[in-house]
Amino acid sequence: MKTTKTTYDRRSFLKTSLLSGGGLMLSVSWLSSVKAADKLQTLNLPEPEQWAQLNGYVQITADNMVKLLCPNPEFGQNVMTSLPMMVAEELDVDWKNVVVEMGPHDNAKLGPQFTGGSNSVRMYWKPLREAGATARQLLREAAAQAWQVPIEDITTKAGVLHHASGKSATYGEMAAKAATLPVPKGVTLKSPKAFTIVRQSKRNVEGKKIVTGKPLFGLDYKPAGTLTAMIQHPPAFGMKLKAFNAAQALKMPGITGVFSLNLYEDGFEQGGFDTRTFNDLLVVVGKTTWEVMNARKKLVVQWEPAGDTTDTMAGRSGKRTVTVPGGLESTSSQLEKMAQYARQPAQQLRKDGDPETAFKNAAQVIERTYNAPFLAHNCMEPMNFFAHVTDEKALLVGPLQAPGWVEPTLSKLLNLPADKIDIQMTRMGGGFGRRAYGQYLYEAALISKKAKAPVKLIYTREDDMTYGIYRPMYTATYRAALDADKNLIAFHVKGGGIPEHPVHANRFPAGAIDNYLAEGWEIPSNVTIGAFRAPRSNFNAAAEQSFLDEVAEAMGKDPIAFRLELLKRAKEKPVGTNNEYDPDRYAGVLELVRDKANWGKPGHEQYSRGVAAYFCHNSYAAHVVDMVTRNGQPYVERVFSAMDCGIVVNPDAARNMVQGAVVDGIGNAFYGALTHKNGAPEQTNFDTYRMIRHNEAPTLVDVHFVENNLDPTGLGEPPFPPVFGAVANALYKNTGKRHYNQPFKPDQEKRTQG
Amino acid sequence: MMATYTLKINGKVRQVNVDPATPMLWVLRDHLDLTGTKYGCGIAQCGACTIHLDGTAVRSCQLPVSVVGKQAVTTIEGLSMSAGAGNLHPVQQAWLDHDVAQCGYCQAGQIMSAASLLKTMAAADRTQPTDDDIDAAMSGNICRCGTYLRIKEAIKTAATKETPPRP
Repeated sequence: MKTTKTTYDRRSFLKTSLLSGGGLMLSVSWLSSVKAADKLQTLNLPEPEQWAQLNGYVQITADNMVKLLCPNPEFGQNVMTSLPMMVAEELDVDWKNVVVEMGPHDNAKLGPQFTGGSNSVRMYWKPLREAGATARQLLREAAAQAWQVPIEDITTKAGVLHHASGKSATYGEMAAKAATLPVPKGVTLKSPKAFTIVRQSKRNVEGKKIVTGKPLFGLDYKPAGTLTAMIQHPPAFGMKLKAFNAAQALKMPGITGVFSLNLYEDGFEQGGFDTRTFNDLLVVVGKTTWEVMNARKKLVVQWEPAGDTTDTMAGRSGKRTVTVPGGLESTSSQLEKMAQYARQPAQQLRKDGDPETAFKNAAQVIERTYNAPFLAHNCMEPMNFFAHVTDEKALLVGPLQAPGWVEPTLSKLLNLPADKIDIQMTRMGGGFGRRAYGQYLYEAALISKKAKAPVKLIYTREDDMTYGIYRPMYTATYRAALDADKNLIAFHVKGGGIPEHPVHANRFPAGAIDNYLAEGWEIPSNVTIGAFRAPRSNFNAAAEQSFLDEVAEAMGKDPIAFRLELLKRAKEKPVGTNNEYDPDRYAGVLELVRDKANWGKPGHEQYSRGVAAYFCHNSYAAHVVDMVTRNGQPYVERVFSAMDCGIVVNPDAARNMVQGAVVDGIGNAFYGALTHKNGAPEQTNFDTYRMIRHNEAPTLVDVHFVENNLDPTGLGEPPFPPVFGAVANALYKNTGKRHYNQPFKPDQEKRTQG
Repeated sequence: MMATYTLKINGKVRQVNVDPATPMLWVLRDHLDLTGTKYGCGIAQCGACTIHLDGTAVRSCQLPVSVVGKQAVTTIEGLSMSAGAGNLHPVQQAWLDHDVAQCGYCQAGQIMSAASLLKTMAAADRTQPTDDDIDAAMSGNICRCGTYLRIKEAIKTAATKETPPRP
């Protein structure tokens, strides 16, 4: 790695560090080495001697190349393109001169750096534009001083500074001077009308590297001399390591060590996201992947029941201990237990009016129960991490959504101060929430420390799929009360799950119905869970949106018209005060999808149509699914989608994201399931865990965005949940039968429901 | 147990000394530093490891090094060789034109399968693959991000361009 000097002096550091204390954005002192820019190589330009560095995100060369740092890890949501677009917009540069590089882990200078919660664009929307505007102002100030004119008279266009006198200079020519100027306080940002980069579709900045097979991913990072490590985890949840004999494994070629170690010692205070499934790690270390895989087969291992275990968590909500029950769970016993809990009193989450009386007096009560299984994330790149830990320092490189969350725990595990820990984030082969849980990074670090060598920890697909951190197993019973005139007078949701309930008590249709009750209950389990693309919402949108369809039918109403009526009520005379959604924006996506799909109009008779909408991550999404029967099977041929996520930074990439969410939703609705027998996952690889494939994807996903000038809201997750509901509702039209248990494909449903 | 194999990979002769059962996937990744070919499942169910053997798509995770022999191996790193220096293979270019990738991890395998499909089509004097052709050739390649629609479009675009002769 070549190191290039950066323009940097103590004076500029001091000035800007004062500012950076107050906010996360305007740091000037990015000190780590600057990697050789691939774009410069592509253009056959020599690496510049100096990058003039204007703030934490912006660097400019004398010959006007602009390097923008992406603060957040990339897992396919395209932040390496969209976040720099936001900087470039305010900086006013030519996009083709922009080089984008993933920033190092440095929360003090680059902000939270958390990829998840559909948060990247909304979290950085203001700060990154301010960074760009600040850099632009510094460049204008530099030109003003050089030309002895007022800064107000200096304009910019695509990386060039201009003055009415005819003087002009590139940013590169002024960059070195600009870097020495004091950082201005308060900059004016463009109005959306003036955008020239944001809202224009820009291609993935790493596209060429992806299609030519460049080493971008964590699994590709393996410096010379790195050993390969794998962990043999217990065959079932609720089991732990009792004893092992490594004699045969150690005789296998290439094997350098077999040992066990503990992830956490007893009483270790874990961070809020330090989910772990197995604590005793049986590790095989060797030279190559194939050799380690083969040696694992020679291990002689005895496992034993883990019994109840206790975790000590010290997350944001304070210190607490969590007891994880022992035992070997099976899907059938889990379903029985859920049915039993569902009959018992639950925790009240919200109550409006007098739902008990309304249900008692109802002319008709509709009650339906919905179930959904655990889901594995199945990122195409299995979990892995590189670690080189010595007594003095630690280097960790790999795919990770939240470096800031793992660092404190890692610091304690390794007994190293945070400034001796260097975490670098590679491109991720998918995330979907799974890589917000960094236990595989801790494992890699501990293995490296014990092996006294740089180590690459690799999960096989089987290791990955059977490790847990799944989407929870959920159930919910919905009840609706209609009066004699078929008016909806009360609504009740009672949801539960293993190990957490799915209910969002303050979302639609809360606020639209006078008498409303939401309740939740939870069953502890040793099957570990984690965030999975739109947590909780990905179940609610299936259950609630199916149920509303059924209620609309009972009331004799069109499903879209019925939802719009409820939203009108929620707007004009809202029930309760803490409704999370904006009824206008919610109605907006329903109206848009209704119009784009020509809902209710002739010409679509060959399709079984289903609609659903949902609100999450501050955004609104609605889909109309057009289903046909193909080869005797239900098949989603077309989908119309409407999204309101405020300003769409990169429209074509955003369409890609929505299309992908639709495909992901159809796949999980039809096929997704992780079931257990005696604690052991029954699906261990893609031969048993069915994923949606090319021939099952729709031929059309027609995506439309509501056009407005609202600050961006979430995009990666919101289009996913309502796909489930729309598929369920289309399936009813297609088969004449309501499906209450995911996954919906008949053979799959049987398997997960006993 | 170890044996030496002389392989023709991306037009170059490479030698490795490995266990004969070692899948080409790991020979490429661990011994030859060609990491563009991806590990996804290890059981030929996902297609991330797709390479070409004499121009035909195969799953390298199920291909022991011992059976490769004199057959020419092409990986994603070498796919564009036939397009001339500095150019991309039409399939790679179409992937960029349609901005297909999300996470990108499966795309090398998708591209290798697609390039093989188009070569087969050309050999049969058929220019444009139908949706069924594409489904048949591509359904062994999983994309967890769900970019299937764009992959299909990109394949159709690539098919309209002259496919360069294979090495």
